[in-house]
Amino acid sequence: MARPAQVSPEVPAAQALSAPAAAPAAGVGGWFDDRAPVSGFAKKALRKAFPDHWSFLLGEVALYSFIILLLTGVFLTVWFKPSMAEVEYAGTYQLLHGVPMSEAFASTLAISFDIRGGLLVRQIHHWAAMLFVASMTVHMLRVFFTGAFRKPREVNWLIGVGLLSMGLVEGFAGYSLPDDLLSGTGLRFVDGLVRSIPIIGTWAEFFIFNGEFPGDLVIPRLYMVHILLVPGLLLGLISAHMALLVYHKHTHFPGPGRKDTNVVGGPLFPVYVAKAGGFFFIVFGVTILMGALMQINPVWLFGPYNPAQVTAGSQPDWYMGFVEGAIRIIPNWETHLLGTTWSWNIFLPGVGLMGLLFTGLGLYPFIEQWITGDTAEHHVLDRPRNVPTRTALGVAGMTCYAMFWLSGGNDILATQFGVSLNDVTQVMRVAVFVAPVIAFIVTKRLCLSLQRKDRERVLHGSESGILVRTPDGGYTEAHVPLEQEEAFILTQHHQPAALEPSVGTDARGVRRRGKRVGGLRVRLSQWYADGAIAKPTAADIADAGHHGEAADAVETTPPAGELSGAASSGKGEGH
Amino acid sequence: MKQDLERYPVPDPGVPHEVERFTDVDEAAGRRAYAQVVGLLALVPVLAIAFVVVYFAVPIDAQFVLFGALFKAHPVLLGLTGGLAVLLVGVAAIHWARTIMGDEEVVEERHPAGSAPEARAAAAEAWKVGVAQTGLGRRKLIGSGIAGGLGILVVPALVLFADLGPWPTAALRKETVEKTIWAEGVRIVNDVNFKPLRAADLEVGQLVNAQPINLQELEGVALQQAKAKASLIVVRMDPASIRVPESRQDWHVNGILAYSKICTHVGCPISLWEQQTHHLLCPCHQSTFDLGNSGLVVFGPAARSLPQLPITTDAEGFLIARSDFTVPVGPSFFERDSSRDFKEGDR
Amino acid sequence: MRFLTSSRRHKAARPILVALALVLIGGLYAAVSPATNSSADDTTTTAQIAQGRQLFAVSCASCHGLNGEGLAAEGAPSLVGVGAAAVDFQVRSGRMPMANPLVQAPRKENTFTDEERAALAAFVASLGGGPSIPTEDQYTPEGLSEEAIAKGGDLFRTNCSACHNFQGSGGALPNGKVAPPLIGLEAIDIYEAMRTGPGQMPIFNGAAIPDTDVQAMVGYLDELHAQPSAGLTLGGLGPVSEGLWAWIAGMGSLVLFAMWITSKAARK
Repeated sequence: MARPAQVSPEVPAAQALSAPAAAPAAGVGGWFDDRAPVSGFAKKALRKAFPDHWSFLLGEVALYSFIILLLTGVFLTVWFKPSMAEVEYAGTYQLLHGVPMSEAFASTLAISFDIRGGLLVRQIHHWAAMLFVASMTVHMLRVFFTGAFRKPREVNWLIGVGLLSMGLVEGFAGYSLPDDLLSGTGLRFVDGLVRSIPIIGTWAEFFIFNGEFPGDLVIPRLYMVHILLVPGLLLGLISAHMALLVYHKHTHFPGPGRKDTNVVGGPLFPVYVAKAGGFFFIVFGVTILMGALMQINPVWLFGPYNPAQVTAGSQPDWYMGFVEGAIRIIPNWETHLLGTTWSWNIFLPGVGLMGLLFTGLGLYPFIEQWITGDTAEHHVLDRPRNVPTRTALGVAGMTCYAMFWLSGGNDILATQFGVSLNDVTQVMRVAVFVAPVIAFIVTKRLCLSLQRKDRERVLHGSESGILVRTPDGGYTEAHVPLEQEEAFILTQHHQPAALEPSVGTDARGVRRRGKRVGGLRVRLSQWYADGAIAKPTAADIADAGHHGEAADAVETTPPAGELSGAASSGKGEGH
Repeated sequence: MKQDLERYPVPDPGVPHEVERFTDVDEAAGRRAYAQVVGLLALVPVLAIAFVVVYFAVPIDAQFVLFGALFKAHPVLLGLTGGLAVLLVGVAAIHWARTIMGDEEVVEERHPAGSAPEARAAAAEAWKVGVAQTGLGRRKLIGSGIAGGLGILVVPALVLFADLGPWPTAALRKETVEKTIWAEGVRIVNDVNFKPLRAADLEVGQLVNAQPINLQELEGVALQQAKAKASLIVVRMDPASIRVPESRQDWHVNGILAYSKICTHVGCPISLWEQQTHHLLCPCHQSTFDLGNSGLVVFGPAARSLPQLPITTDAEGFLIARSDFTVPVGPSFFERDSSRDFKEGDR
Repeated sequence: MRFLTSSRRHKAARPILVALALVLIGGLYAAVSPATNSSADDTTTTAQIAQGRQLFAVSCASCHGLNGEGLAAEGAPSLVGVGAAAVDFQVRSGRMPMANPLVQAPRKENTFTDEERAALAAFVASLGGGPSIPTEDQYTPEGLSEEAIAKGGDLFRTNCSACHNFQGSGGALPNGKVAPPLIGLEAIDIYEAMRTGPGQMPIFNGAAIPDTDVQAMVGYLDELHAQPSAGLTLGGLGPVSEGLWAWIAGMGSLVLFAMWITSKAARK
């Protein structure tokens, strides 16, 4: 079959079709290329540039842990029985002999004690799940703080938010499947959560559990959700996420030669393939080692679910911790209306908080765009200090999340640090509101200080540690001028001014709506841009160079070609 | 030019030239890196074989002691060999990529993410042509009909799920969430061993995790559902140290009181009882109830006091229930007004 | 095998038990119903009681009063009717005499000899009633069938794990109090604690949980602590510590790998 290419490009397609013996390309790739335009794709794809930065690999950790979850999950389904039918345990683990339990729990014990490698795979699966959500979270934080969600990547941000929320559902469903004491306690909590939904709560509860808690169907149903529905959705969303990533090309951090109109990095083939492929094996290896060395979810110690039993340390996995915390610290609000009961003490922290988090995350790129009026495409990342308000908002959000999260372990905090459980709860009730405000203020000040430091460095260079005595007896420290590369990084950012209050269309072509909304928007815009430290202008730098030794590096006139490059990338920004 | 200086006060020096690595210029360093990559990969089959050996040779219940702790040998050794094997493949590939593969960066040009204006115009034109062909311009009802038809199809699709569970109508609620298997004369027994409780044998400061004796007759789902509502805690306190409201004077036996074990917040079973403060703490969300004061909430997110079970003794002196709970146990639900449940200040 | 299990949990991770004010051993024992009172001084001699009275005057009376009547101002309960088992438990575990009456008495080194402890117990028992020190056949878990141990586990999870955690790692109580860990305890410790209800712990007496069931529970706990673990137990605290380790060990090591992967190789 494989023959050297004989058909010249000029041969019309119809002729090539009529001569099937004349294979145009050799090898498997050639065989395939005859049927799908692989070469056309490979030509571009093989040398695609991938910028190098450790934080760009966080999303890869999420992808790889998802693949590990699929692999280990398939193994587990071979033995797991998603049934709530009661059996009397007679397996290897003697400490539960004769105890009635569901088939789901009994089969989990079988995987843990009777199937060689079963316990290891269970532990890998659980650790990978923890890492899946953790890496999605840090990946999202990286994207947020560097402004990678800006145009044209808003849709991918939304897909990411969807992936994170699906990840929580998937994790929780998996946590519930073994039907041990902790997962049953978790389901009991879900029962209460669903029941608290106003108007439809009881109906939703009866529908989900097939009647009263615990019913006989919730585990088979969650099994379907866990191994079919949500993984399917996750796969679809991940595909879209990656397709958009490839289409948009990766963002890069500011640096010499890095522009909004290009992407600089290692080629896909071979360097990135080796690195990304190698990293998959590293993530897999680390997860296996975690499964080997650290025990996780020892269900045999918890025992089968029994509605009359509970254990100290009844917590969900870490990613549901913020909801758990909110439920713990909420005051006991319940109101009554026309013979009905509204359980705010569960609905608000449970359904409400999760809704608020994911709505807030989803809307943020659009809110920021509205506030700044920025409609340009961005491919060079922001240094977080250069967007102090966003950075501060992000840290405030993280702080708020962290406070809720800590509240979810208030009993563990109390015992481990020897403080009162009630005091922890009371402090947290205040902290979830106050700590984010403090975090916002501190972060913003910190960002502005860093901006000031950058300005200083550009104007006066870095400290050399050498003291110089001047002829008139004074001492000064000699400063070493910055390399042009560093000076460029410190000054390349765009400093948009706040929107001006006006009605109609302004000079930038930003459409304005009614006056009232415009007023709010202007105020928000001013708040957003407030306090920025003006980056040094070319004149400032030249000026500083004349009375210091700092400007050597930046005074050299750059070649014309470089400047025009800078100009072209400037177009994307200045609107 | 002026604008460029404003935007970029320091001009872009351009992509820097690559500095060669040791492995590029030093033949010995290059050979070393090569040997390291091959060496790492050579360990992989060794570990893979070790994995297989562990799988078959180590008994699944084997144990070993390390630093005074006892470990399961099978999963730990299996994971160590397998994990290291997989890890080394990755480490070797990365080492190869970092030290041996050429590390010249490539610069790829970007294009605006959106479609070009011409493409957009052409697409709009194509759309327009298509719309014209539909004939919807003159025969508008087809459009409404399609939209309405698709819309109404959602209804049968949703109706298909109406049998997800029984409908919690008022009648069904009365038989399910508003009822437990407690009834007049049902004996209170210790959980697990089903030992009946003689009132005289209980001491002040004692806690009993109890169940109704008729729970024994149930199994499977019915057992779990009954247990999820009927679980009980029986405590004995010094009658002088507690407050018993008038309406509940005959609900206890000499300071022996029985409460639902199911938290009124989200339904966790609660039994963390402090015999000196009489406080009962839920380990899930830390709602705290005062069992010396009709189960009122003293702390935490629970809104309703813990339902108390009226009890008495039978002819043999064993504790029995006088009736079912007077209010539903567990979390509140929408259809029932819980505002008349026992609360602070009630008598 | 016990030495293995006792040192296997992370002792270093266990906190110092510090807490708010707490009243120990309520005067409630005075009201213990007569049916469970047993005379503790059948075998004790008057000489032992006299020795106990002397020791009591030196070590206990400053809080509990010379005749064990208790001092409300010190938060010290009356010891009349608490029984020999309570004294045996409190003194052997080092909780009494306590150094600081404002915090929950922590477990510490017992400074009394067995003889002195017995004398103290005899003296307090002579003040009136209460459970006597159990004999070995009451608490020693011997010859238990697998089913009995499994039932002991069921009883443990129903009665104990809510406060003491699923493997006896301990847990939090309101207002800074804690349920101490049950690791490395002797059977007699658990038996006496259940029967006398030290501190805030309720009493679990034979009317609900007979001696054979206590033995099964102790047997379960011993077996549980002798189980090998699949890797480090991470404190046996459940999902909170697991989440912490996922972030520190998992994400931590992966980020380090990511930094290595994206760093430039050594250059001239």
